Amino acid sequence: MNHQVPPEPKPLVEIQNLNFSRGEHVIFDDISLSIPKGKVTAIMGPSGIGKTTLLKLMGGQLIPDSGRVLFDGKDVHRCSREQLFNMRKRMSMLFQSGALFTDMNVFDNVAFALREHSGLSENIIRRIVLMKLEAVGLRGTASMMPSELSGGMQRRAALARAIALEPEMVMYDEPFAGQDPVSMGVLVKLISELSDALQLTSVVISHDVQEVLSIADYVYVMADKRIIAHGTPLELKNADNPQLKQFIGGEPDGPVPFHFPAKDYQKELVG
Amino acid sequence: MNMTDKLASLGRQTIEFVVGLGRAGLMLWGAIARKPRSKGFPLFVRQLYIVGVQSMVLIFVSGLFIGMVLALQGYNILVDFGTEESLGPMVALSLLRELGPVVTALLFAGRAGSALTAEIGLMKSTEQLSSLEMMAIDPLRQIIAPRFWAGVVSLPLLALIFSAVGIYGGHVVGVEWKGIDSGSFWSILQASVEWREDIVNCIIKSLVFAVVVTWIALYRGYQVIPNPEGISKATTQTVVQSSLAVLALDFLLTAVMFGR
Repeated sequence: MNHQVPPEPKPLVEIQNLNFSRGEHVIFDDISLSIPKGKVTAIMGPSGIGKTTLLKLMGGQLIPDSGRVLFDGKDVHRCSREQLFNMRKRMSMLFQSGALFTDMNVFDNVAFALREHSGLSENIIRRIVLMKLEAVGLRGTASMMPSELSGGMQRRAALARAIALEPEMVMYDEPFAGQDPVSMGVLVKLISELSDALQLTSVVISHDVQEVLSIADYVYVMADKRIIAHGTPLELKNADNPQLKQFIGGEPDGPVPFHFPAKDYQKELVG
Repeated sequence: MNMTDKLASLGRQTIEFVVGLGRAGLMLWGAIARKPRSKGFPLFVRQLYIVGVQSMVLIFVSGLFIGMVLALQGYNILVDFGTEESLGPMVALSLLRELGPVVTALLFAGRAGSALTAEIGLMKSTEQLSSLEMMAIDPLRQIIAPRFWAGVVSLPLLALIFSAVGIYGGHVVGVEWKGIDSGSFWSILQASVEWREDIVNCIIKSLVFAVVVTWIALYRGYQVIPNPEGISKATTQTVVQSSLAVLALDFLLTAVMFGR
């Protein structure tokens, strides 16, 4: 039998030697990664490391100090307004808070991008919105205002809004943060099912190790302004790197110490 | 702090002010520079309602009371000189030339200005503005522009309403209470109030105030640091800065318009 290894899917997003700082604070130091098409790629790392900043750099909302971000081969920061506009229609971002528009109901939120960009009739838009809401299990909340939904439901509604224009890529910013186990289960199911059903490229930024490793095809682990490890979930679980082991295993002490540097304990108590 | 530190601090503050002015200018330019979209009209109308119509009660009541107080105090002074018939023009001209545009702008800054700053600040901190950008929709055109035009259109109209209601309040106090003849009240008023000199200047002043107050309110919201202290600081700054700007510009405009 001829076992031909299928060619690697072409990366949809490539980040090459990215450097970014805010003022004097260096956030990324020579980062390179690639997001393959049609797969779920996870970017993990401790809180506050700038994962949201990375998504904003990928979407062209922030400009790097040096290095490139390529979306489908084109440099995101060197294209015209029109081209960036079109690129953004192919990518979609799910913010941590959902970021639903608070002055309109769930239906209008999901319909928003369709009404602005698709030029379809209101009839067709209505059907599309209902289908998207059904996919996330919220068709019954269509006429409710965002403030009437729970946090987890807001996130699902925001997901319906994110897939309304059927983008090629969805970026999830900490989708599991602060969710109860049931909501977490729902989101995990939705991310992997939608990824398969719509052949999406998913980028999941998270520090929830178990959930992410259960759905990711490839993982990048970030720490100290750079990428310290990358591989499939299996490779990472069996890795030797102590920093990685501490992160994956959730150990309170290790390369990232438990104690914030301080004076000698005995001296401070007694002396 | 020694002399050099003080100079450095002054220099830094000046630079920050100029940078801020530049950013605010870019924001405004981005919002209003291009051809208006047809989809933008319903957004504009909605903002007109929220910013303008919902301020009406405040303007109405304030105008009435200020007109009445003006007439009361004015009568007490004029009666000593025997010129109480001049009450009509005194009230009308004070309102049209000064109090109408200025007080309306101050009230507007406090009510609508702070509301705009808080709303946009909250939209920024809940990432709604970022979401719009990621959906390939320019938040400057979608959110900022309709609110700007609503402010620019509402404030002059509110100032005229304020003046009109104030004049009526003056009539109530002067004629009904203090007994000035109604006919002479209105006819002397009509003779003294000029279209170009007074009414058009009232509109010009309130247009200038409208641009400044709305611009400051929107910029403060747009630039807010997205946390609770940031938002409260931004709304305070809107009210303080717009009020000071209105009063300073009022002096400038008055000197230009009436300072023969």
